[in-house]
Amino acid sequence: MDVASAKMLGAGIAMIALAGVGIGMGTIFGSLVTSVARNPGSRDSVFGLAILGFALTEAVALYALVIAFIILFV
Amino acid sequence: MAAEGSNSIDALGQFQLETSLGFIGRSVNFTQANLMMVVAGVGVMALLWLGMKPRAMVPGRLQAAAEMGYETIMSMCVDTIGHEGKKFFPLVFTLFFFILFGNLLGVFPYFFTFTSHVMVTLALSLFVFILVTTVAIREHGLHFFSYFVPAGIPKALAPLMVMIEVISYLSRIISLSVRLFANMMAGHVMLEVFGSFIVMLGGLGLLGLFPAGLSLGVNTILIGFELLVATLQAYVFAILTCIYLHDAVHLH
Repeated sequence: MDVASAKMLGAGIAMIALAGVGIGMGTIFGSLVTSVARNPGSRDSVFGLAILGFALTEAVALYALVIAFIILFV
Repeated sequence: MAAEGSNSIDALGQFQLETSLGFIGRSVNFTQANLMMVVAGVGVMALLWLGMKPRAMVPGRLQAAAEMGYETIMSMCVDTIGHEGKKFFPLVFTLFFFILFGNLLGVFPYFFTFTSHVMVTLALSLFVFILVTTVAIREHGLHFFSYFVPAGIPKALAPLMVMIEVISYLSRIISLSVRLFANMMAGHVMLEVFGSFIVMLGGLGLLGLFPAGLSLGVNTILIGFELLVATLQAYVFAILTCIYLHDAVHLH
C-alpha cells in the first residue's frame, strides 16, 4: 500500500469518532425533549444547558475532523 | 481556490496569511489577521460608544444591542461565578465580544477569520488558563492543590486520581483553543468545498446546472449555520471561562 492511499484510509477511519458524537447528540436532545415534556416551565433554563452540551459534543466531532485534515494535508 | 476543470479542491488555501497595508505591513509583518483583530476591536468599541451615546429611556436598536450584550454577560458572570463574578465581568465581556466579532466578521466575503488560526485561540486560552491558576493561588494559596484530590476517595486510588485530575486540568488549554479553532476552520472549509462544487459543476454545461444550484442552496444554508456557530462558540468560550473562574474562586 502506498502512503497516499494509506492516508485516505486513515482519514476515513478517524471519522469513526462521529458514531460517539451521534450517540451524544441524541442523548442531549432526547433528554431535552423529555425534561421539557415533564416540566414545560423549565424550558428556558434547560435549553441553555442543552445548547452548551451540544456545542461541547460538536467539538468532539470537530477534533476528529481536524485529525483527519492533519492526516490528509499535513 | 480550485481552478476550473481541475479535480482537487484546495480547501485550506484560504487560511494563508499575507501581509496587508502594503509597504508598511510588509516591513513589520502586519498580516490580514492582525488587521481583522484591529477591526474587531474598533467594532466592539464603536458598538458600545455609538450605541450608548443617545442614553435614551426607550433604547433604539443599537442601544438595545449594547444593553442586551452587557446584561447577558453580567448575568452569566453572576450566575456562574457567584457575587465575586462582578470582579471578572470586564474580562469575560472583552473576551466574548472580541471572539464574537472575530467569528462574525469571517462570514463576510473578502474578510478574514482570525479565530480560524490555532495560534490566536491558543494564545487566548493560555491567557485564560494562566489567569485562572493565578486567581486560584492568590485566593487559596497552597490549599489550591487540594483541588486535584477529589473528596472521599480510597487512599489506594489517590495517586491515580491526582494524575487524572492534573491531566484534565492541563488539557483545558488544548480543549478550549481547539474547540474554537476547529469550529471556525471546519465551517469555512465546508463553505469552500461547496463553493468549489458550484464552479466545477457549472463548468460541466447544462447537465451540471441542477447540482450546481443545489450546492448554492447548501452554501446559503451553511452561511446561516455559520452565524449560529459563530455566536455559540463565542458564548461557549465565555461561559467556560466563567466555569473555570468559579472553580478557581470556590475550589470544587
